[in-house]
Amino acid sequence: MNLASLTISRIRQGLLAKEFSAVELANEALRFAEAENPKTNAYLHFCPERALAAARAVDERLAKGEDPGPLAGVPVAVKDVILTRGVRTTCASRLLAHYIPPYDATAVVRLERAGGVILGKTNCDEFAMGSSNENSAFGPVRNPLAPDRVPGGSSGGSAAAVAQGTAVVALGSDTGGSIRQPASFCGVVGVTPTYGRVSRYGLTAFASSLDHIGPFARNVRDAATLLGVIAGRDEMDSTSAFAPLPDYAAALGESVQGMRIGLPKEYFAGLGSETGGLIQQGVEVLKGLGCRVQEISLPHTEYAIPCYYIICTAEASSNLARYDGVRYTTRSGEAPTLIDMYRNTRGEGFGAECKRRIMLGTYVLSAGYYDAYYLKAQKVRTLIYQDFVRAFEEVDAVVAPVSPFPAFKLGEKIDDPLAMYLSDVYTITGSLAGIPCMSVPCGKTSEGLPVGMQILARHFAESDMFRLAAAFEKAGSFFA
Amino acid sequence: MKITENEVRYVAALSNLTLTEAELERMARDLDEILTYVDKLNELDTSGVEPMAQVLFDAEETATLRDDIERPTVSNSEALANAPLSGAGCFKVPKVIER
Repeated sequence: MNLASLTISRIRQGLLAKEFSAVELANEALRFAEAENPKTNAYLHFCPERALAAARAVDERLAKGEDPGPLAGVPVAVKDVILTRGVRTTCASRLLAHYIPPYDATAVVRLERAGGVILGKTNCDEFAMGSSNENSAFGPVRNPLAPDRVPGGSSGGSAAAVAQGTAVVALGSDTGGSIRQPASFCGVVGVTPTYGRVSRYGLTAFASSLDHIGPFARNVRDAATLLGVIAGRDEMDSTSAFAPLPDYAAALGESVQGMRIGLPKEYFAGLGSETGGLIQQGVEVLKGLGCRVQEISLPHTEYAIPCYYIICTAEASSNLARYDGVRYTTRSGEAPTLIDMYRNTRGEGFGAECKRRIMLGTYVLSAGYYDAYYLKAQKVRTLIYQDFVRAFEEVDAVVAPVSPFPAFKLGEKIDDPLAMYLSDVYTITGSLAGIPCMSVPCGKTSEGLPVGMQILARHFAESDMFRLAAAFEKAGSFFA
Repeated sequence: MKITENEVRYVAALSNLTLTEAELERMARDLDEILTYVDKLNELDTSGVEPMAQVLFDAEETATLRDDIERPTVSNSEALANAPLSGAGCFKVPKVIER
């Protein structure tokens, strides 16, 4: 059994045929993941007790002849900003180095109920703020395909674990591209569902109006299966959507003949690089499948980054106010007064990028600047949203690059925050509009670096997105 | 300059962040660069455009309300378990009121 190429359906087949038990697979997977981890630093810590308990529950169900669930025995990695009861959840921050959550995120409850086996928690940028995973307080993650390069961020550990084969699927979180960009850099499938499709209960809040939980997988079918398990209304998150939950796997394999695809000209202008060439080749594959490809315009694209970095930092400055040394494990030792205790705890605890975002967010919300920055950005968000509404009157899906370039070298951009922000140029628009988007592998550069193609669809049209991605994956043979 | 070092000190105080002198100097430079960049939004005329706080889905206004039924939540000891300092069922903090 090759652990690094396992799929959900292969595991199910093996369990039902009694080739292996869930406990045997969990033990094997834990051993493999722990042995391979030093190569990438993808996992921050493992939770073998929890994994084996979940695996035993699957074996018990199998022994009774019950259905073991759609994720039966599947080794899963969970980004360390998603709460796991009794299992350390650090958000890759020194501040939360010893934090043990008292409850589980809804997505975690659902994936374990479906038979999933959580092996451990994955590294990421501190509080999910970053595009390279270099902002982790516990060291960067290395790209499994090119160890001198970043895996992308912020969900770099989840992407790397799936690419490396130390998890079959993983949960990440995406606020402005934090699932799609690392998926693209590591050559795996990464999905940002419609805003509200997956409950945010138990996801450490960064920018609440933009935060999403979503899946990573080595193929479209596994990503669709995992999303189907974690999605759906949850009364613990008032922003979780009531929209009916379709059977995502059912749409896979259907023809995409006649599907109307829009290529936003703003995303392709100036994309003369190798990445652009690969995406163009991908578009030819879509044409070969009978898709009707046309150029469209999303005229406010160039305003997305400034809009996003005002809104997300404003929300972050508010959400991160809770880390004040009172409730969350870490407190500065030398503080004569309460206010000094707050300030020193936060000053010592947060890394440079978190501080920068807290400062920027506080500034744009401060008296005299609110209208000029925050309100202005919220209005521009409406314009970006309307761009997509108009585009989807003409087309069924939008296809674009995920990132202007493949994985960059460790250290290459870390000292230039603005350059790092600009690398999110193609992923931020979909986040602001709240539409479902994903990265699907689209070949490799001459240096062997993966490039992802982004597919964006209408609100709650994940099925269309998966159908197109699956057809593309099959036609292009871009399996990771 | 979009932001001065004094303003950075003021915002750091609002943010409850202690910054070292080196951090203050670097922060002023970074924020200045980012604020200059985000000024790009002013190229757009947004008069008459409604601000969007969040992408909303179609549902009745009362759909997210639930019945007012008491139910167990995190217990006192669980809530305090991660506190750096607690006692008598409460979070402990440095003295707030002077005698």
